[in-house]
Amino acid sequence: MSVTSLMIVGVGGQGSLLASKLLGRLLLNEGYDVKVSEVHGMSQRGGSVETYVRFGDKVFSPIIVKGEADFIVSFEKLEAARYASCLKAGGTIVVNTQQIDPMPVITGAAAYPEDILDELTAKGIKVDAINALALAEKAGSSKAVNIVLMGRLSRCFDIPTEKWLAAIEQSVAPKFVEMNKKAFLLGYNS
Amino acid sequence: MKQLQIGNAAVARGLYEAGVGVVSSYPGTPSTEITESAAKYDEIYCEWAPNEKVAMEVAFGASLRGVRSACCMKHVGLNVAADPLFTMSYTGVNAGLVICVADDPGMFSSQNEQDSRHYAVAAKVPMLEPSDSDECLRFAREAFTLSETFDTPVLFRVCMRTAHSQSIVDTGDRTTDAAKSYEKNGAKYIMMPGNAKKRHPVVEERTARLTEYAENCPFNRVEMGGTKLGIITAGTSYQYVKEVFGDTVSVLKLGLVNPLPVDLIRDFAAKVDRVVVIEELDGVIENHCNAIGVKVEGKSLFSPIGEYTQETVRRAFGIPEAPSVAADTPIPVRPPVMCAGCPHRGLYYVLAKNKVTVLGDIGCYTLGAQPPLSAVDSVLCMGASVSGIHGFNKAGGAETEGKTVAVIGDSTFMHSGITGLVNIAYNGSNSTVIILDNSITGMTGHQQNPTTGYNIKGDPAGKIDLETLCHAVGINRVRVVDPYDLDACDKALKEELAADEPSVIISRRPCMLLKYVKPKSPVHVNADKCRGCKSCMRIGCPAISMKKGKAVIDHTQCVGCDVCRQLCKFDAMESEVR
Repeated sequence: MSVTSLMIVGVGGQGSLLASKLLGRLLLNEGYDVKVSEVHGMSQRGGSVETYVRFGDKVFSPIIVKGEADFIVSFEKLEAARYASCLKAGGTIVVNTQQIDPMPVITGAAAYPEDILDELTAKGIKVDAINALALAEKAGSSKAVNIVLMGRLSRCFDIPTEKWLAAIEQSVAPKFVEMNKKAFLLGYNS
Repeated sequence: MKQLQIGNAAVARGLYEAGVGVVSSYPGTPSTEITESAAKYDEIYCEWAPNEKVAMEVAFGASLRGVRSACCMKHVGLNVAADPLFTMSYTGVNAGLVICVADDPGMFSSQNEQDSRHYAVAAKVPMLEPSDSDECLRFAREAFTLSETFDTPVLFRVCMRTAHSQSIVDTGDRTTDAAKSYEKNGAKYIMMPGNAKKRHPVVEERTARLTEYAENCPFNRVEMGGTKLGIITAGTSYQYVKEVFGDTVSVLKLGLVNPLPVDLIRDFAAKVDRVVVIEELDGVIENHCNAIGVKVEGKSLFSPIGEYTQETVRRAFGIPEAPSVAADTPIPVRPPVMCAGCPHRGLYYVLAKNKVTVLGDIGCYTLGAQPPLSAVDSVLCMGASVSGIHGFNKAGGAETEGKTVAVIGDSTFMHSGITGLVNIAYNGSNSTVIILDNSITGMTGHQQNPTTGYNIKGDPAGKIDLETLCHAVGINRVRVVDPYDLDACDKALKEELAADEPSVIISRRPCMLLKYVKPKSPVHVNADKCRGCKSCMRIGCPAISMKKGKAVIDHTQCVGCDVCRQLCKFDAMESEVR
């Protein structure tokens, strides 16, 4: 009855839906029972967004709560910290080092905690930080941050890279396949 | 074939397999993807109607003609469509008719948290509620047989978590023999008092038969797991119960949530020592249990507020949560914001600057209520800005007329703003209505509407001309402004507020997320010229931040709308040369 729980968190508009689509495709191909839960609508407009991916022999709840996530993939630093409490003891956060100021920081009502990842590490959390934006731009589009992070995440799984690349082919429009594969491999090899 | 689908896509697949021929809906999170997914099947005629009432009546017409039909809406949309619903309960159907309604426990994208099950009880129609995508597909398909067998519209309730969670479904083929012939039958379909009086007993008798059906129907099931604890549950809550308890407790899982069974519940309760009802939002099942004399616990353990999770279930039973670690540093909240380059921003800036009272409405532009713009005074429901400003001005007279506006999006105006505008013209308040025309239904994810000139499939369609429409309902002063042009907006606002008659300002520019809208070169701050005065920060653009006392623009977000440049007194905003 072992179930693996993975959260994708970030800022609305960063492409978490494609990342979860890719994971769903991959895990279905691998023969797992899979549930993916996403939030559409208002929260997408630049707000904090969270997507849950759970897979195993049999998955019931589509939700991940405090202390349950094996992995968190965060598209942004602050969001990694916001959801860190969802992580299981011994879990890993794969995080893009990009900083996107939320509105209270923009208006001066709050400060952005610049050293937040160091604080998480000091708390004993495994933090795997990469500059996914730079790699995405290298692959050809700043929008590919999501797939770069999937590439980095794939190192934590026992699923061969070819399977991930095949799932990319099944998940994105044909004209973006090559760019996304490149982004994936840049993340994987980073 | 096995596929991973969100609940809403699985509902659409169920409609397809049931042989549905007509779907008419109005978009609303979390229901929108049912209709969007249905529109991908060529065999189904799908459309976006101007509102939910129209959609439901279209579905009624199609059912009357003998074609299986559906309409889909969010929970508050069912309020709009309640009028046809209550009387369709009396007429019943010819071909099967299913009304999909998506509730939003937790209010992820909604203005209230109403529980649609009350509508099923009040309108006396059956309601199904799936708990995952597989059930979404199967229940939606079977709902049509239920509808035709019992001659009733069927309500199909999905909650946000089921609607937007992907799980595995097994797809089948489409039924091809669902069509019925049409025969005139006034006693059944003309609901004037003489006929309606004869139909009401039919409805009551139908409810009795449906209750009997509920005792043994395939939508309800018992999973025995010991006699200590029995849980009665429905919808997504079932998943949390199984997540926490697995097979160690007994579960009565209800898929038909109205009418509720009597003997099935009594028998289940008799087999266990303790019965707990776990249902999101209101205690509908719990109240039923109390009414039939079955002792249960429910809302004494669980809140009627918000979305449940497995943690909610654990907490209610005193099961400790998993250990976790959190950062000590406070994490600033990240509320949703209007996108960089959003055409609503410039207009809202002008409203805020002129300190007008703004009666707001439902859409992306509701976000103008957030700091730093904080430009909205009220948001109630679809269309309430236009109706509300009339009441506000009738109450306030000349004192408010010159400094109050209503703002409403193009789609929302089509939905239920027109009648409010008719009222302004007819009953004569000197009100100023601003239609924020971004040429799409934005918040729900870009659906076409009657003003865009395209239908749900993206094919050219009839296009309602807003200027002509406003003139036709009796508004003489109608003008169009570009919300990226702050001076023009300011001038239009001042003139229309000063005018001695009702007026409409159409603030027109397409949503910058539309594929055909090409972003311009990003604006870039010349640090030598920037004095750090923060004028540009007043528009609340997510692309602009202050770094070391100077404004900085994130080039990955900026689309070159130039609104910030109009606010800079020092010419520090420059177009980036690509």
